[in-house]
Amino acid sequence: MDQKPVIETHELTKSYLNHNVVDNLSFDVKEGEIFGFLGPNGSGKTTTLLMLIGLTEATKGWARVAGHDPTREATKVKRTVGYVPENIGFYSDMNAKENLQFLARLNNIPDSVSSKKIKEALEKVGLKDDADKLTGAYSRGMRQRLAIAEILIKEPKIVFLDEPTLGLDPDGTSRIIQHIQSLSREKNITVLLSSHDLKQVQKISDRIGIMINGKMIALGTLEQLAEEKLGVGDREISLDDVYMKYFQEV
Amino acid sequence: MTGVGTIVRKELEDHFSSYRFVILFALITMVSLITTYMVGISLRDELGGIAKPKFIFLMLFTSTGPLFSLVQFVAFFGPLIGLVLGFDSINRERSNGTLSKLASQPIYRDAIVNGKFLAGVVTIIIMMSSILLVVSGLGLALIGVVPGIEEVWRIFIYLIISVFYISFWLGISILFSIVFRSIATSALATLALWIFFSFFISMGASVVANTFVPINQTSRENPEAVMKHAKIQRAVSLISPMQLYNDSTSIIIDPTRKTTRSLILMGPIEQFSLKRFSRPLNLLQSITVVIPHIITLIAITFICFAISYIVFMKQEIRSI
Ligand SMILES: Nc1ncnc2c1ncn2[C@@H]1O[C@H](COP(=O)(O)OP(=O)(O)O)[C@@H](O)[C@H]1O
Ligand SMILES: [Mg+2]
Repeated sequence: MDQKPVIETHELTKSYLNHNVVDNLSFDVKEGEIFGFLGPNGSGKTTTLLMLIGLTEATKGWARVAGHDPTREATKVKRTVGYVPENIGFYSDMNAKENLQFLARLNNIPDSVSSKKIKEALEKVGLKDDADKLTGAYSRGMRQRLAIAEILIKEPKIVFLDEPTLGLDPDGTSRIIQHIQSLSREKNITVLLSSHDLKQVQKISDRIGIMINGKMIALGTLEQLAEEKLGVGDREISLDDVYMKYFQEV
Repeated sequence: MTGVGTIVRKELEDHFSSYRFVILFALITMVSLITTYMVGISLRDELGGIAKPKFIFLMLFTSTGPLFSLVQFVAFFGPLIGLVLGFDSINRERSNGTLSKLASQPIYRDAIVNGKFLAGVVTIIIMMSSILLVVSGLGLALIGVVPGIEEVWRIFIYLIISVFYISFWLGISILFSIVFRSIATSALATLALWIFFSFFISMGASVVANTFVPINQTSRENPEAVMKHAKIQRAVSLISPMQLYNDSTSIIIDPTRKTTRSLILMGPIEQFSLKRFSRPLNLLQSITVVIPHIITLIAITFICFAISYIVFMKQEIRSI
């Protein structure tokens, strides 16, 4: 894809107690792309996402999301970005519909418009029959799908998904992956997907960034990374192999 | 101010549908009714046959009866309303993971704190006014005296001061819910502060006064020393919002009181005769006496609100 970047960072750094958790990170994500943001636990993926949506301040460097500074123009960024955190939370004493309605109100969507959207979104993610259940009784997979429904209501230009398939069974995982793919294809939403689930990321990502200890040590399409590390062979390229190769070097 | 309205609305729905609120409300209504009933009965008995003095209606609020007066009850128990409404307001959202969601929507971050505070204040207003209405109704039925215009005004001002007072505690508890990640910790901290201000400040005040101006056999005779002692004690105890509240409301609700100072170097007989022949303060005079107290009360509410702001705006919001 040859598009203009919608997410850009330049020497983005976050340190806690003088330790750089995200270390001079410079990369960009282009419009409409699915960017797989990979790395082991504690490598700084979540921290990067937090800086990109203004939930924590960068120590050094800058970021632009849809052309805005996430710290100084936080509301503008938040209008264009849908963020699904690692531990997605819902008001457990409200049902799915009420949770979505609250979200719609926060996004200035009037109830008359949102009620139809909520119905459609719940249908799309397969939660129609559980719409009146309190979300406190939802399983992990249902919660993740409800988070996708939130994205469908908000209709952002960009989504940040932090480990969306964490703790899901294979069926739940593939459903989420499909939804992410359709967000990208049908609505042309740019997706920044953090994960350590290599197989799934490999399936849908246009480009991949590998982060280890706060540094982006590899960036490109799967083919590019494979060529760089493995030499292109005739066997099927697996992200696992590429990833392990990088990992061994660090 | 985008988002404040939405959050206020949700918070109000949460408050009014929570067991916590219902229990608190029931408890306060119960105690108020019992207090008023006892005070009303004893007032009726005492006043049987004699001409009704002025401002008898206000005595419903200030007479101690066999237990305590309603004003005393609110001073002591009011903070608990504020604390209960706020102690887990932010950290519960944090631990549920909903704070990340709230803070990543296109609203200003202060809308979250403002919305929660405003919803709490509305709840406090509703609670306090309904209690005052119920108490007035019961009092009316018991002593059979209709309050005059001035009395209604005084009750109204009392209501406003009370709302500020309880809102201060709400502000404190919201601050604690921002600073402390754990709900149990913020609950304990708010409780500790409440006990500290309720009991320790008054104790501490006399300790401090005693260190600077010891009152013993010889100095007891010296009026200057006694005055000085009382002054220090008062100054220290004014740190406590409870003292501020007690002082200001007792003047507002009791027109015969002319000063917030409690030490009067006069014998009881002299005092009594003085009270008898002097005219009560009019409303404006009463307000003038307590306006510094009220301003201080409002100022500390805003200060603690400002601290909440500063802390929350810079805070990292991570879904743990
Ligand atoms: N508030 C904090 N104070 C100190 N260290 C932190 C804080 N938050 C995160 N970290 C550290 O930052 C590193 C990166 O964390 P994170 O971005 O969550 O990694 P990932 O999402 O890739 O698993 C971890 O080592 C974590 O311990
Ligand atoms: Mg993470």
